Amino acid sequence: MAADAAGARRTPWMLLSPSLATISLLLIVPMLFIVVYSFWLRTATGADQVGFYFDNWIEVLGDRFYRDILFQTLLIAFYTTVICALVGYIPAYFVANTRMKSKAFLLLLLMLPFWISYIIRTMSWINILGTSGALNTLFLSMGIIDDPIQMLYNQQTVVLGLVHYLLPFMILNVYVSLDGIDKNLTEAAKSLGCTGFQAFREVTLPLSMPGLAAGSLLCFVLAAGTYITPIVLGGPRDAMFANLVFEAIVTQLNWPLGSALSLVLLALLGALVVIYTRYLGIDQIAKSFK
Amino acid sequence: MMSGWSVIRIATILVYLFLFAPVAVVILLAFNANQFGSFPIEGFSLRWFEALWNNDAIVRAFKTSLLLGLLTAAISTTLGTLAALAMVRYDFPGKRTISTLLVAPILIPEVVLAVALLLFLQFLSMPKSFGLLLMGHVVFTLPFVVLVVQARLVSIRRDVEEAAMSLGATPVQTFFEVTLPLMLPAVMAGMLFAFTISFDDITGTLFWKPGGVETVPTQIFAMLRNSISPEINALGAVMVIFTIALPLVAASIARVMAMRKTGTTK
Repeated sequence: MAADAAGARRTPWMLLSPSLATISLLLIVPMLFIVVYSFWLRTATGADQVGFYFDNWIEVLGDRFYRDILFQTLLIAFYTTVICALVGYIPAYFVANTRMKSKAFLLLLLMLPFWISYIIRTMSWINILGTSGALNTLFLSMGIIDDPIQMLYNQQTVVLGLVHYLLPFMILNVYVSLDGIDKNLTEAAKSLGCTGFQAFREVTLPLSMPGLAAGSLLCFVLAAGTYITPIVLGGPRDAMFANLVFEAIVTQLNWPLGSALSLVLLALLGALVVIYTRYLGIDQIAKSFK
Repeated sequence: MMSGWSVIRIATILVYLFLFAPVAVVILLAFNANQFGSFPIEGFSLRWFEALWNNDAIVRAFKTSLLLGLLTAAISTTLGTLAALAMVRYDFPGKRTISTLLVAPILIPEVVLAVALLLFLQFLSMPKSFGLLLMGHVVFTLPFVVLVVQARLVSIRRDVEEAAMSLGATPVQTFFEVTLPLMLPAVMAGMLFAFTISFDDITGTLFWKPGGVETVPTQIFAMLRNSISPEINALGAVMVIFTIALPLVAASIARVMAMRKTGTTK
């Protein structure tokens, strides 16, 4: 019996060990490694000077250039999140409350963007907003404009692309929250004299906050970590922080500097995740997988 | 005056349009006969698909993506299913920490994950390779598999396994004869998820891929940066059809399998 009990205690660890080994070796150790690496120096000859230098950190934290782009990144992520929350709440509310038979179909449609490639969805805006895109063709044929106008390659189109990419995350998270609300609560509020809008403001909105918060966290973190959208839809001045990381690592091959840059990004976004899990728990995000 | 509800309904339709119209335009333009592959629409043509088929670089990228996706799905699903089993079926000290650790690759921005893995393996003198790509994709997809399988595993009742064991099946027999068939839909869902994420990934892939190797997304990205070639919409259309058809086919296979199973027990 004792051997059995010991065996049963070992079983979960045996099942977990391949995953834990993978995550430790390919994620945890590499993360610790770049912390160390960020204190090394890349010399002019291209070799790394092992040691404990603060040069990369002084450059990353002290240079205005990096600070401005960091600020711009957070601003873009903030705009994206706010727009996603405002725009995404409505369809989530509709799908959660509709009595139509098509509810399942509407939900399926919401899942669909997750299956459509991110790069395709991003580049699809070139077909809409580009100089020979749908809008310019339409305006030209209607005689509203005489020459195609360039609507692409600015900060607004970067935000647009990100909203288009991240909106389903927001809608789904808010939907999960809204769907879990007992409909009797709003009915009760109304029977106690609330107007429809008051019932929404006092009952539904507060109860949907966990979903709104989870969606916002996802949108913000994913938006702030992107470098593809600014390259495809942004202009030369719309670089985001992850673009700097990519430049440092892949183009300039300055790995110690790239390590420091990615750690700044991690610290900022990681802090958000930690604050969020402290107050709301990570389970809320896992809910949308069910 | 319109009621609040109809305003909400119209707004919902507009949001759905916003989500799908650009993609619909990609598919529309893919069949456009216009010599630049852009507006105006000049008639139906399959010329861009033909051009795709004859473009060696794209065909090669497609094969790379397919192989990478299949290997990632196989490895990730095996690891993730075992982990999900442990999380759902057992209680053990430190479970919360382990659960956070298992989803850690999602919590860390993908760029940071990509940099860390790349630099660590370069430090170990491992060059950029297909193997590095595969390792990266496995780490990155693992949490999704764990979450998806875990979510569905909860609904499988324990008694069936206990019944099998009380009838004399060994734990290993029970797993292969009872548990695995019951959790097959969950495992398939996880595998599909891993495949699609891997097939679609670009953020990490651009860091990890060796020079000269392209996956479909990085190929599209390269085509976008050089000059927007008209084939790109056709490639987009193929990818959309591929990633949407796959879950639908999988879902119908699962349904047929489930029907056959209930058919035999009757």
